[in-house]
Amino acid sequence: MVEAHATTQDVRAHRALQHHFENMEQQREAGTLGMWVFLVTEIMFFGGMFLAYTLYRSLYPWSFASASNHLDITLGAVNTGVLILSSFTMAMAVYFTQTGKPRPQVLCLVMTLLLGLTFLGIKAVEYRDKYNDHLIPGSLIPSRPFGPEVQQEGQPPDPHKLHLLHGATVRQVEMFYWIYFAMTGMHALHMIIGAGLLLVLIYLSLKGRFDAEYHSPVEVVGLYWHFVDIVWIFLFPLLYLLGRHLEHGG
Amino acid sequence: MSEHIVPVRIYLTIFAALLFGTGLTVVAAFIDFPWQFNTIVALTIAVTKATLVVLYFMHVRYSPRLIWVIVAAALFWMAILFALTLSDYFTRGWLSVGY
Repeated sequence: MVEAHATTQDVRAHRALQHHFENMEQQREAGTLGMWVFLVTEIMFFGGMFLAYTLYRSLYPWSFASASNHLDITLGAVNTGVLILSSFTMAMAVYFTQTGKPRPQVLCLVMTLLLGLTFLGIKAVEYRDKYNDHLIPGSLIPSRPFGPEVQQEGQPPDPHKLHLLHGATVRQVEMFYWIYFAMTGMHALHMIIGAGLLLVLIYLSLKGRFDAEYHSPVEVVGLYWHFVDIVWIFLFPLLYLLGRHLEHGG
Repeated sequence: MSEHIVPVRIYLTIFAALLFGTGLTVVAAFIDFPWQFNTIVALTIAVTKATLVVLYFMHVRYSPRLIWVIVAAALFWMAILFALTLSDYFTRGWLSVGY
């Protein structure tokens, strides 16, 4: 079968060229296009959650600001930097594949993977802090239902207690944490899947599967990785920064 | 049309711009702007950063027109999702009927 089709293609065709494509360029463009169509469905998927966020934030502005102020801005900002750096190393991995330099390409993929794991580690620390402060919403953890201690007037400030701005309620703060865990949780799941994809890429790269002609898998995983980075670019200011000016400026 | 390879210099520039944007959005968050400007500033920076990632890291700037159409379609459908849902929620108070 393969031989029969090979006659319609260039006799010097690349070994990775599938029989239903004319040439490597057509194959690559088709792959990239397919990945973009998938990313559109991902945009719509996260879009629904961003919409839920917009609605409830407009309904409960003071509670959302209070809840957001309880998040760790340092860890959030560091994680943003980590993810941007990982996007850069991913972009460089694509670059070194395109230019046919396997060694730096593998190095960049490994760095991207390590940075992704760093992000997940920091995220785990944040989740643990929320667990300690009884901020896991509902009864997601049955033995530890939502029930943060609220900072009272005149008490010495305690970073583990929830500081409610005027007009905020604990029930509405819980809504913020539902959205926070849904969005950051889905984002973290995408990071875990991305880490798995990177492992496969590293394995295939070490086997010498990619070169300047054939590197669609690296490029397509790169698109996915950058998309996950973009989601975080929006999550960071929307979740961590929305109420800071109320606490310190006013 | 052969594949366009984005030079390293551009990747470095975009990387620096993204880090700068992150610092800027943190600083801006602590300034108390009037009305809703804190949100507007934060979203403007985020959209700018996302655009840089899409155009350069994701190579859309150098991609065929078809990719542009796909990206535009995603944004268009997102706009429909937000516009129709929010126009419902935000106008419910306009009616004085009790429900």
